[in-house]
Amino acid sequence: MSQSRIRLERVTKRWDATTAVDGISFDVTPGQFVILLGPSGCGKSTTLRMIAGLEEASDGQIHIGERDVTRLPPGDRGLSMVFQSYALFPHLSVADNIVFGLRSRKVPKDEQRQRLAKVAGLVDLTDYLHRKPAQLSGGQRQRVALARSIISEHPICLMDEPLSNLDARLRSDMRREIKALQSRLNMTVIYVTHDQVEAMSMGDRVILMQHGKIVQDGTPDELYNRPASAFAASFIGSPAMNLLPLEAGKEGAVIVGEPHTPVAPLEAVGGQLGIRPEDIALSTTSTTGVPAMVVSDEYLGADTIAHVTVGNHNVRVRMSGKHALAGQPCRLYWARENAHLFAADGLRRDDLTPTPLPRSPHSIPRPPVVGSFQH
Amino acid sequence: MITRLPERWQYRLLLWPLPVLLLLCYVVPFAGIVTWSVTLPELGVDNYARLANDPSIHAVLWRTLYLCTIVGVCALLLAFLMAYCWLYSSSRWQRWVELCIFLPFFISVLVRTFGWLVALRNNGLVNSWLQELGLIDSPLALTRNTLGVIIAMVHFMVPFAFFPLLSSMRQIDDRVLLAARGLGASRLRVFISIFLPQTLPGLLGAFIMVFVFCLGFFIIPAILGGGSTLMAAEYVFLQMFQTYNWGIGAALCVLMLVLVSGLVWLLMRFSRVERLVG
Repeated sequence: MSQSRIRLERVTKRWDATTAVDGISFDVTPGQFVILLGPSGCGKSTTLRMIAGLEEASDGQIHIGERDVTRLPPGDRGLSMVFQSYALFPHLSVADNIVFGLRSRKVPKDEQRQRLAKVAGLVDLTDYLHRKPAQLSGGQRQRVALARSIISEHPICLMDEPLSNLDARLRSDMRREIKALQSRLNMTVIYVTHDQVEAMSMGDRVILMQHGKIVQDGTPDELYNRPASAFAASFIGSPAMNLLPLEAGKEGAVIVGEPHTPVAPLEAVGGQLGIRPEDIALSTTSTTGVPAMVVSDEYLGADTIAHVTVGNHNVRVRMSGKHALAGQPCRLYWARENAHLFAADGLRRDDLTPTPLPRSPHSIPRPPVVGSFQH
Repeated sequence: MITRLPERWQYRLLLWPLPVLLLLCYVVPFAGIVTWSVTLPELGVDNYARLANDPSIHAVLWRTLYLCTIVGVCALLLAFLMAYCWLYSSSRWQRWVELCIFLPFFISVLVRTFGWLVALRNNGLVNSWLQELGLIDSPLALTRNTLGVIIAMVHFMVPFAFFPLLSSMRQIDDRVLLAARGLGASRLRVFISIFLPQTLPGLLGAFIMVFVFCLGFFIIPAILGGGSTLMAAEYVFLQMFQTYNWGIGAALCVLMLVLVSGLVWLLMRFSRVERLVG
């Protein structure tokens, strides 16, 4: 399976003055499900298209297996691709759509028919082969796009936001279907998305990009628990991580506007303190911890998001169950290992440890960690 | 108190000028033409029998169909290329293509036909340039023959083919073409099996429009053909105003109308297919 290894070396894409992808390198091992994650315009789709051969790299090399494919046309790269818009051929039937790639490669008719039957069964489209794409539902169209890609039996499949046109419920079904298909066929998948839920739930590995560069490359767990920068911290997790600027206080760095509670060593001044909403405990009875005021609360069913002010800043706190706390003063507490420090340039600082907050005498109920990503 | 009409009738009332206009300006005169064709010079279907048997009329009809087909194909090719260029060029180039399409569109067909005559005749612009460049010794015969008629008619027809083609090309999703590339198809194959089939309804529509227009062409063949390229419309004119064979002229008119109706019916069918495909 070594022909499904993908290696990028300092790959760059420039259009006139703008650099869309800026010298990125990564190495995908066979069978991995890799997510390229980032906001729109971060270069993730361009990167995918360069791997597919639909854009030519301005600089750097792309290897698939042992071959340098940087200048090869898409058909010779031994991979398949699924597009966001499904990009089905409107004038062809479902069956003709699916076998289009095989026809382009002049696969014998008999073999085309066998593979079509197999793949159609796999994605549950056997009864729809004679329809035109316009006569299918969104989920069925997506499955045609998938079938068109996997029928090639290429060990590599590239997916460009394949689920973004589907409604929420269908999307969660398709997430599981794609993941199951990938492990059943043992494909190497590179999957582009801006949706952190897809990234966290499907990826073996997530490559987070911003401004054409890789911000962080790691497992979903690492991205969540050890974000490499303030950007990574705010991009993963919902609601986003609270990022609070730090200034000098008497006994160490304090949150701007809240001078009495040191939260980090003095060296952290100028940077930011990051704490996830689900890692903060809120108590209206405690006398220790960071003083705060609840401004409003949003009840979401399983939990409540409280919006509180600390110093000059808004902080979101996730609490399980239903709470009506608006207008009440309260105290916030977080464990030292859940606080993250970022330098002024946004990068994570591991040389410093946050100052532990004084323990509250009460035991504070904490929301379960499981379910943090579920909407 | 006024009794209110059902709502759909209120809307239908707004449409009355159209059928009335059609009735007065089209149906009534055409009924007259049909009457002529079976009553002049005497009652009977003699005129239609002549249409079926007279070899000189057959020659005119075949020439008309043949010219219309050639003009249709040439105009379609040119318009396809222009629409394709428009689709894939920068907005500045798009303005230029549009200018090239629109400018002639606004000039009267008579002016343009004489323009072509000036350009194409023996001591015209084209021949004198070619001679001065030393490419030819004696002037090429570009007027008073079929070639001149074709050139001018194609020029007139390109805009009529351009717009339906462009609209069907613009409906094609770029990402679909990209997907075909990604599935391993060469650029040529993408064009032939993905791009071209999706412009087919536009191509057919444009061809039928150009063809129907050409059938009724009169001025261009009369001026540039110089009598050598007698087409159906000019033949009708001759029968009506020079030889006073109103009956045979009217019968030819009826035949042409039947032909055009058949083609328009085809056009309607294919525009329905277009909706199915989209």
